[in-house]
Amino acid sequence: MRSSHEFTCINCPLSCPLELVEEDGRVLEVKGAECRLGEKYAEAEFTDPRRVVTTTVTVRNGTLPLLPVRSTEAIPRRLVREAVESLASIAVEAPVKEGQVILADLLGTGVDVVSSRDLNTLSGHK
Amino acid sequence: MSKVRRPDCVVIGGGPAGLAAALAASSAGLDDVLLIERDIELGGILPQCIHDGFGSIVFKETLTGPQYAQRYVDELARTNVEVMLETIVLDLAPDRRITAMNSRDGLVDIEPRSVILAMGCRERTRHQVLLPGYRPAGVITAGAAQRYINIEGLMPGGKVVILGSGDIGLIMARRFTLEGATVEGVYEILDHPGGLTRNIVQCLNDFEIPLHLSHTVTFIHGPGRVEGVTVAAVDRERLPVPGSERHIPCDTLMLSVGLIPENELSKRADLRLDPVTAGPLVDERMETSVDGIFACGNVVNVYDLVDYVTHSAEIAGRGAAERVLEGRPRKAPVTVVPGRNVKYVVPQLVRSFERDIDFYFRVEHPEKAVRMTVKAGGETLGRRKAKMVHPPEMAMIPASVPGGGSEGVRELVVEVAPDAE
Ligand SMILES: Cc1cc2nc3c(=O)[nH]c(=O)nc-3n(C[C@H](O)[C@H](O)[C@H](O)COP(=O)(O)OP(=O)(O)OC[C@H]3O[C@@H](n4cnc5c(N)ncnc54)[C@H](O)[C@@H]3O)c2cc1C
Ligand code: SF4
Repeated sequence: MRSSHEFTCINCPLSCPLELVEEDGRVLEVKGAECRLGEKYAEAEFTDPRRVVTTTVTVRNGTLPLLPVRSTEAIPRRLVREAVESLASIAVEAPVKEGQVILADLLGTGVDVVSSRDLNTLSGHK
Repeated sequence: MSKVRRPDCVVIGGGPAGLAAALAASSAGLDDVLLIERDIELGGILPQCIHDGFGSIVFKETLTGPQYAQRYVDELARTNVEVMLETIVLDLAPDRRITAMNSRDGLVDIEPRSVILAMGCRERTRHQVLLPGYRPAGVITAGAAQRYINIEGLMPGGKVVILGSGDIGLIMARRFTLEGATVEGVYEILDHPGGLTRNIVQCLNDFEIPLHLSHTVTFIHGPGRVEGVTVAAVDRERLPVPGSERHIPCDTLMLSVGLIPENELSKRADLRLDPVTAGPLVDERMETSVDGIFACGNVVNVYDLVDYVTHSAEIAGRGAAERVLEGRPRKAPVTVVPGRNVKYVVPQLVRSFERDIDFYFRVEHPEKAVRMTVKAGGETLGRRKAKMVHPPEMAMIPASVPGGGSEGVRELVVEVAPDAE
């Protein structure tokens, strides 16, 4: 079956409105793009949209109660909510270094979740 | 009172602007740089901006806010810049005398040879946009909500209506949703969104949060806690259309209605302010109207990208170092005038054309296929083309005067015009 899907290109301020036409999941054409980037973007958004996940986890004995974390790469968009939920139950112990792995292989994606910053212990705080 | 300190340079504010300014001043040769920050740590607004999207220009990768801050904090630790945390600057006089205060030393007097203002900006609140209704708990700005959720781990509400479609509001719509709250919708009084398309797509569309353009909140229901809001469509004069009102039950109204430079100290120091940016007028070295007082980052004008903030701060840091080390008298400035489809330009003044200058500006209305130019009389000093310009996104044109001569230049004009070719 042939159907079309709408996207807005996010790659430059022109924000081209894109229309992707597909048949049984096979991309036939992308209309509306002023340049190749838009076509590629619509295809990626249709076949495998990905997003970087950012959230916080609990820290014990830190100068702050929460530690901001990020996925090192984008993961499939449909997993974002589940990823944030699974990270909500994680607690780490201060001190933490930026880039320290907080959760390896997030939901089997092969992507790690790392700390976005250094966080000292309360006693180590000058 | 303890003895008066006389450092080469005091930087006020330890956000990305203050961090980069202190680093630049130090690496340009100033030995005694003092950075004063009122918070318990450095980074300014960045530690609470946990999303990614920072640093694409400076580092060619997209970092989260905390990651971006960490790079500068680490670099600062390798210099001899002195950092005073949990210290607030209360007063700045036109002769650069600073009064600061903290709980350890009480009042501190400082007489620096140069000052760099980097106090950032503050959010506009409901009083500045005049929302009618009760004054209940549960009306909160986007940045405050961001701080509660991302730093303190507190949820400000469970059912949220958002007024204004600025980027911080969009980012927080996603954040509230991922933390389990319901965001009923985003209401924007203008007919176009205030934030970037990227954020509309990834923060609203991804989570099926509706964006209602040409709508506003006409009443806040209380009295104790927000119980709901009335929203209405607006006409071209931005007045509510009778009969279009809708009541939405909610416990939180989050405002994302813009930022304004933090001006308290700028005013106390008698700096000349630009009525359009609301920040101080600056020249190409980011020096204000008062000799020896520099300014950078969001205290000058609300830059959208932290990369631009950093850039302005590096110029200010080098400028302050030159001022202290060389101490040349200042030349009379040439004024930079906003031309066709330009709302304002930073810097507003140019005293010397010795170096290339980047002019940052905002357009008044969206326009496709444009040529952007900086002109002095008949001569074009810089030009750039763009497929599209929007008011929410700053534009920039690098300009230079061959040979650095400026004789005869009275005024510069920055303008945006349809691209003829
Ligand atoms: C909520 C939010 C989200 C953002 N998201 C993005 C994004 O996704 N991508 C992007 O590129 N940019 C983003 N920005 C913009 C970017 O974060 C800012 O441009 C940048 O932080 C501004 O830096 P600054 O140093 O000028 O101000 P700030 O970061 O605000 O720092 C100012 C510092 O000065 C201190 N201070 C103020 N007054 C005094 C005083 N009297 N005495 C002592 N200290 C004082 C404050 O405590 C603060 O630490 C966002 C901004 C906000 C507000
Ligand atoms: S398709 Fe090309 S021109 Fe259009 S918004 Fe995307 S990047 Fe910009």
